[in-house]
Amino acid sequence: MMGRYALVQRSEVSLKSIMLVPLVTFVLALLGSMVLFGFLGAPPLEVLYRLLIDPLASAYNISEVVIKAAPLILIAQGLAIGFRAKVWNIGAEGQLIIGAVAASVIPITFPESQNVLMLPAMMLAGMIAGAAWAGIAAALKTRFNASEIIVTLMLNQIAVQILYFLINGPLKDPMGFSYPQSVSFPPVAMYPLLSDDGMLRANASILVVILLSIAALIYVTRTFSGYTLLVGGLAPSAASYAGFSAKKAVWITLLIGGAAAGLAGVGEISGPIGRLQPSLSPGYGFAAIIVAYLGGLHPVGILLAGTFMAIVYVGADGAIIDVGLPPAAPVIFQGMVLVFYLASFALVQYRIVRVQPEARA
Amino acid sequence: MKTKAGESPLLLQLRNITKRYGTYVANDSVDLALEHGQICAILGENGAGKSTLMKTIYGIQQPDEGEIVWNGEKVAVTSPSVARDLGIGMVFQHFSLFETISVVENISLTVPGSLPDLAEIIRQKADEYGLHVNPDAPVHGLSVGERQRVEIIRCLMQDPKLLILDEPTSVLPPHSVQQLFGTLRKLSERGVAMLYISHKLEEIRDLCHCAVVLRQGRVTGTANPRQATSAELARLMIGQDIPTARHAEAKPSCEPALTVSDLTYENPDPLGESLDSVSMAVRPGEIVGIAGVSGNGQSTLARILSGEIRLQGHMAGRIQVFDHPVGDAPPGTRRQMGVTFVPEERLGRATVPTMSLADNVLLTAHGAGLVRKGLIRRRQQADFADKCISAMDVRSRGRQSIASSLSGGNLQKFVLGREILLKPRILIVSQPTWGIDVGAAAMVRQKLVDLRDTGTAILMISEELEEIFEISDRIHVMYHGRLSPSVQARSVTAEDVGRMMMGEFDQKMRAA
Amino acid sequence: MTDTIIFVLAGAFATATPLLLAAIGEAVAEKAGVMNLSVEGMMAFAAAVAFAVTYQTGNIVLGFGLAVGASVALSLVFSILVLGFSANQIVSGLAVGILGLGLSSLAGRSFENLTMMAPANLSLPVLSDLPLVGPILFRQSAITYFAFAVAFLTWWFLAKTRHGRITKVVGEDPAIAHNLGFAVIRIRLFAIIFGAVMSGLGGAYASTILTPGWSDGLIAGRGWIAVALVVFGTWRPLRIAFGAYLFGALLLGDLAVQAMGFSVPPQIMTSLPYVMTIIVLAAVSRNALLIRLNAPVSLGQNFQPSK
Repeated sequence: MMGRYALVQRSEVSLKSIMLVPLVTFVLALLGSMVLFGFLGAPPLEVLYRLLIDPLASAYNISEVVIKAAPLILIAQGLAIGFRAKVWNIGAEGQLIIGAVAASVIPITFPESQNVLMLPAMMLAGMIAGAAWAGIAAALKTRFNASEIIVTLMLNQIAVQILYFLINGPLKDPMGFSYPQSVSFPPVAMYPLLSDDGMLRANASILVVILLSIAALIYVTRTFSGYTLLVGGLAPSAASYAGFSAKKAVWITLLIGGAAAGLAGVGEISGPIGRLQPSLSPGYGFAAIIVAYLGGLHPVGILLAGTFMAIVYVGADGAIIDVGLPPAAPVIFQGMVLVFYLASFALVQYRIVRVQPEARA
Repeated sequence: MKTKAGESPLLLQLRNITKRYGTYVANDSVDLALEHGQICAILGENGAGKSTLMKTIYGIQQPDEGEIVWNGEKVAVTSPSVARDLGIGMVFQHFSLFETISVVENISLTVPGSLPDLAEIIRQKADEYGLHVNPDAPVHGLSVGERQRVEIIRCLMQDPKLLILDEPTSVLPPHSVQQLFGTLRKLSERGVAMLYISHKLEEIRDLCHCAVVLRQGRVTGTANPRQATSAELARLMIGQDIPTARHAEAKPSCEPALTVSDLTYENPDPLGESLDSVSMAVRPGEIVGIAGVSGNGQSTLARILSGEIRLQGHMAGRIQVFDHPVGDAPPGTRRQMGVTFVPEERLGRATVPTMSLADNVLLTAHGAGLVRKGLIRRRQQADFADKCISAMDVRSRGRQSIASSLSGGNLQKFVLGREILLKPRILIVSQPTWGIDVGAAAMVRQKLVDLRDTGTAILMISEELEEIFEISDRIHVMYHGRLSPSVQARSVTAEDVGRMMMGEFDQKMRAA
Repeated sequence: MTDTIIFVLAGAFATATPLLLAAIGEAVAEKAGVMNLSVEGMMAFAAAVAFAVTYQTGNIVLGFGLAVGASVALSLVFSILVLGFSANQIVSGLAVGILGLGLSSLAGRSFENLTMMAPANLSLPVLSDLPLVGPILFRQSAITYFAFAVAFLTWWFLAKTRHGRITKVVGEDPAIAHNLGFAVIRIRLFAIIFGAVMSGLGGAYASTILTPGWSDGLIAGRGWIAVALVVFGTWRPLRIAFGAYLFGALLLGDLAVQAMGFSVPPQIMTSLPYVMTIIVLAAVSRNALLIRLNAPVSLGQNFQPSK
């Protein structure tokens, strides 16, 4: 039965059809969730409105979208550079945690400080720590040929345990009773808010993210280093013929991905959270993989895809409370987006052809 | 042989077999007939369609047109298991053995029976045909010769009436070849017919009853190999008389540009090609050709020269560029010293298939002012690509064309143009005209001669004797990882080179 | 003191059970060349379904059955992506895994923080009364015995049967397997489904027998431990079984350490499986022959017979 149809790679994929993929994906995922949640008792049109329109309907909601978009975009930009080179860093979640933990040591050590260099120091610490955590995978890959997929996955779990250990021990607020959380950070450890209105939580980290997205755009489209990584991903033999080192590619991509995720971790503790606590990220590290793919592994696409994903996060949060959408809605939606994306991407790259049923002798 | 009355004397007949891949015709109305017990050689250059034809007979792929008649009955060989049930066995050039399991376990995949029973039969067959192999040995530890014996035993266990052998001796050391031939003759006497793909004319004369020559997917001739001379067979295969150089004689300078001295390389991959004390020198202003059937170590040599395989420590000095040891230098360093390379795989190695020509220029030309402070200079990149396209008359929709959209010939012109524009002092080119049309091939060869005349040292590895004779000044022959001493292209005959290709120099060198 | 030791040694079998089931399933899929990273999602969805059904109907067999069905349904989505559309295995696995986690929260949302009675363990007559080994080995759930039996049978299947060898060689070199006439896609599909059945059983066991109650996030990384176990056991079922028991003991964390008379932060115990997996992976990978003989060579690479 499986032999009746076959996928045939298209010789040329038009730009138009590639642009079509995210669009088809969104529509399918929206339809899918309307059907699914409608089935569970939420009126479909209401769901659509809540998921897509409501998050942009008030200043507060837009500010929440910005808060969620920043880490998604930042991590996805870093991961995409690796994915283009076929280096599979699945450990952004762990790199985010380690970055946040390392950066938090500074404000926890100097909780009364008024030094304005504290935030830059935390950003630096977060990036270095995230990169170092990913660097473990790079070292094991280049030294022992150990699969970076498995190693980064394992490091995610270890990072969580390190966070739990420190937040219950050295980094715990001694006055915090039994709550495993750190002291609140001083104002100099926080990203400045974008507006003076005390209601809006959006902060300057989004500006950093936009700047770094531009940097990523320049890196992948204009620099020779970015070009060598892409060659390594598309045609390893050509990279070897040209003399581009595969080991260097592993190091560069994992360090960039780790640094971006680490910085995203700082964005959480120095932004909406304001302290170190056991739950730092609602799975941004994994969701960013979806964002990277949905954005076509291209910096501009990632900017759009990350914003879209953040809208859905915020919309679903609201809908959970107001129209009784199940709390799982955003996760299900993410899953559907990626599944539909992979399917429609395959259909753009391949044609399904009917194979003549084989004659039996 | 149990030829019963009324049974067709012909075991296998192919009628009008045609197989296309897109617009490419791999087999074009091929007819073939084979009797019981007959060993028939299938001759042809690379890409002549031999493998496609064998895969069709063995059911790995279906013909687009034509029919297969087996024992007088028309059959549809829809899969290898159908072929095996009919009595067709195939010994692949690249073995179809799995390394993680033992000999008998491999055989059990396609032959029914319990492991102990199968092991017993393997031992019997091994004794009967002189194919010694331990059924319980894990395959990853077997030598190449042992692996091939396993392949043959596997076929024999199904009592085949037809055996297809795809270049069975290309991987064997010489002493194993005679042993293999003994086995094959014994099989032939018992009525097993064979289709024997090979390049090695001497072997074919030794073993085969008939020879069918394929060229560009068509049958272009048949011969009785026992009566035809090697030169006649070579002519049938190459299609025309071997040409002589039409170009002006080279005026090389005395100091060599590229020297290889006593280079030995043991390939870590047991199925890979190794090198055995290879020595040569290429001087500025000459083309040195390396002839020989591919698979004798040429691709390993090319990768070592390009730096894709880097030599360890003490071997580094065995390769010198203008007296500098480069054996352990990466490709980029060698390119900076003025050495450029045109590898045999145009798509995926010389170019990134999904990238534009402009981006493919960067692959090797990034050092030629196309990158400044880590940034790609788009203007210079475009200029370089345009220059390459116009200088080599690359037919494409401009520099933004995707590499894989170009025809083989145009892509090869592009790759060669890119390397020539880098003004190399040494150019190393592998199989420059493999599978490209006549016009493009002529242009590529002319460009190589022109480059020679500007004083570049050129090393050309080619399987096509025609090409070797047409533009080389000196010729080496590669055989089993060893390189013959060079001969002057203008004074040597095709027969001499033909004999060298069959390893004659090797025996002399070993004797000396 | 002895009681604690017995409790840990016996409890390790129980905690090992879902890990072992899921890991054996994943090992078979990987042996056939498919890396399915949706184990965590499949287990979570199955766990939620198993609890919900068993709680509602009181029929644990039905609960297990529907849980397996849920897990298999997810794996079919994965199969369509990977086998049908040749989509990247890693990303597809993560996508389906995320979908599974979401569906698990959805299926379990009305059952949050509910508990129920676990079925009694099997007490094997005579044997269970033996001192020490009795309570450790012979008072376990039927599923626990089943899990170790599955590990053994899988070893036997892969090492001793023709179909097992076919599964392995499809993972070693799908192109050669195809040339020999094996239906690579179909074999991989079966391997994925087997993996899903095992993950489903593991998830169902976790929510109905091991800790008979539901709260979101109940699976808590067990799926990832299962993926780690496959590597830790270098794709060999009996080693995986040993690893599962070891990791099960480590999951009991501080209890296990206390039993030995030390005081170690529980997070270190919880991290150990992952650390050990990384060390084993590095040690195996550095030896080219060792990794080639154990790790499925084509793992993660799709195969299209039409090419």
